[in-house]
Amino acid sequence: MRMLRCNKMGMRIAIIDESAPRASIIEEGLATLDECEIFTITSRDGLLVKIAEIEPDIVFMDLGNPSRDVLEEYFAVSRVLDRPIAMFVDESDDDSIAASIDAGVSTYVVDGLSVRRIEPLLKMTMRRFQAYARLEAELAKAKDKLAERETVDRAKRLLMAKKNVTEPVAYGELREKAMSSNRRIVDIAEAIVTAHEMMGDGA
Amino acid sequence: MTMKLKLGFLPLIDACLPILAHEHGFAEEEGLDLTFVRDVTWATVLDRLLYGHTDAAHMLAPLAIATTLGRGRPAQKLVAPFVLGLNGNAVTISNTLAQTIGADGALGDPTQLGDRLRAAAADARAQNRKLRFGVVHRYSSHNYMLRYWLAACGIQPDEDIDIVTVPPPFSADAIAAGEIDGFCVGEPWNSIAVDQGAGQIVLATAQIWRRGVEKVLALREDRLEPNRAAIEALIRAMRKAGTHFVDPDQWDSNAKILSRPEYCDAPVELVRRAISDRLVLRRGDEPHEYPDFMFQHREIANFPWVSQAEWLYSQLVRWDGLGFDAGQAEAAARVFRPDVYRSALLGMDDQLPSASSKVEGSVSTPLAASAQRGSITMENNTFFDRVPFDPDRLADYIAAQN
Repeated sequence: MRMLRCNKMGMRIAIIDESAPRASIIEEGLATLDECEIFTITSRDGLLVKIAEIEPDIVFMDLGNPSRDVLEEYFAVSRVLDRPIAMFVDESDDDSIAASIDAGVSTYVVDGLSVRRIEPLLKMTMRRFQAYARLEAELAKAKDKLAERETVDRAKRLLMAKKNVTEPVAYGELREKAMSSNRRIVDIAEAIVTAHEMMGDGA
Repeated sequence: MTMKLKLGFLPLIDACLPILAHEHGFAEEEGLDLTFVRDVTWATVLDRLLYGHTDAAHMLAPLAIATTLGRGRPAQKLVAPFVLGLNGNAVTISNTLAQTIGADGALGDPTQLGDRLRAAAADARAQNRKLRFGVVHRYSSHNYMLRYWLAACGIQPDEDIDIVTVPPPFSADAIAAGEIDGFCVGEPWNSIAVDQGAGQIVLATAQIWRRGVEKVLALREDRLEPNRAAIEALIRAMRKAGTHFVDPDQWDSNAKILSRPEYCDAPVELVRRAISDRLVLRRGDEPHEYPDFMFQHREIANFPWVSQAEWLYSQLVRWDGLGFDAGQAEAAARVFRPDVYRSALLGMDDQLPSASSKVEGSVSTPLAASAQRGSITMENNTFFDRVPFDPDRLADYIAAQN
């Protein structure tokens, strides 16, 4: 558990996220807002004990976090918390909850805190969550691209060895085959690599 | 035109009917294109359902009722037109506790087992600790069945014994680490704990209530009419999947499908055991056959009896410390929608009962039930303490609960 103190004492915010990088991105965003103390929890161990110590006013948690049922139970029945916490409290919060869930964040607030007070925090958290999701998507795309390039390189080397041709010729053959069969170059390369793996060196 | 439905579920074997309806083409035959969203907590399954990420979901029946009544969050009306199955859960205890109460590697008699557990709970309290059991969710049949059994055996939940929430995938680890002394969970999670040598299965929930309602297909009430045709098609497809699911010739192939990473992500052998009502109770023992451990199809198991919803309401008020409220009881009862189930299967070659409500736990020898279509024989459906639940006397039943 890590704690970040802002200058002025104010709302106590707990961020529970098993993804440490994402938690720190959110923490960093919230730290720019005034009047908050931020606590970050990235491990499942001793979660309830930590929450009891923190006594948060607001809890932000990733939507798919495996500890949500445990935490909701705790908020609902714990006699330790004298102020009940719920996933928003008022039916008029519905639009905010919906937006928050679309962004992948579950938000729990102490009963009595108005949506207006938590809105800047919520908006910041959602923006950070979305930014992180975009970042991850781009990373995944970049990884795919890299993997594709490696496959094409391998197929080229196989062709060069097998047919004893130069690299540009091997690439040209891949491209020609792709165009004539209306497929992507990487798909042709993939087929060559797979065939080679299945047939062994004699392929 | 193909109708699309997106379904939320948790990796549990009793999510089988929609999954098999999809995998075996029964959904497609009904003009349905199903996609699935897998989550690891009920809170997430519920959020996705309430905020439109999914159209319907595999859901704990009590949670559908609690959500409608606004327990713990703003009230949102849900409906359950189909019961996904009865029972299929078990009580597993730690090896230490098994030794203390002299568990002998068989499914115990619920009353005797309860007596021994009461003594163990008292001993623990004398040593300044409390036995602690895990359930999958506060609003779950696991919680209600466990509490019903304990209370009837003179063990007062929350006082003599603590009951906490433990997500199914962590239950085996929690018992191995000594965080809990036992738990009540669905398969394959009991068998996983047994396989890891972390505990022993001592009771099936079917021994507490022979025909206890478990998961339902739930959706938002205001999404029912816009999706009515698709939901009715899904009900038909799931009934067909049920016939397939209970056919012993199909157990191997169904176990293979359900164990896949995108569904239960569990060892195929464990899934195979649960769907064939065979459980290994103690590591190294031969599988023990307990008929109707899981109950997904026979005796119109999928029919959403209003009386089932009312029994769940009786337990909700009991353990949430509320009193009977006629308006709330009515709202809870209306979550179960036999009218939708009927309209989906009307004119089909399937059984339909004449009534929508029944006295639960009243049948101890096979009884022919009056049917709108087909003939239905109801078998033993008793509670272990032989106390029946008459929905016409709901307030009295609640008042008599301790």
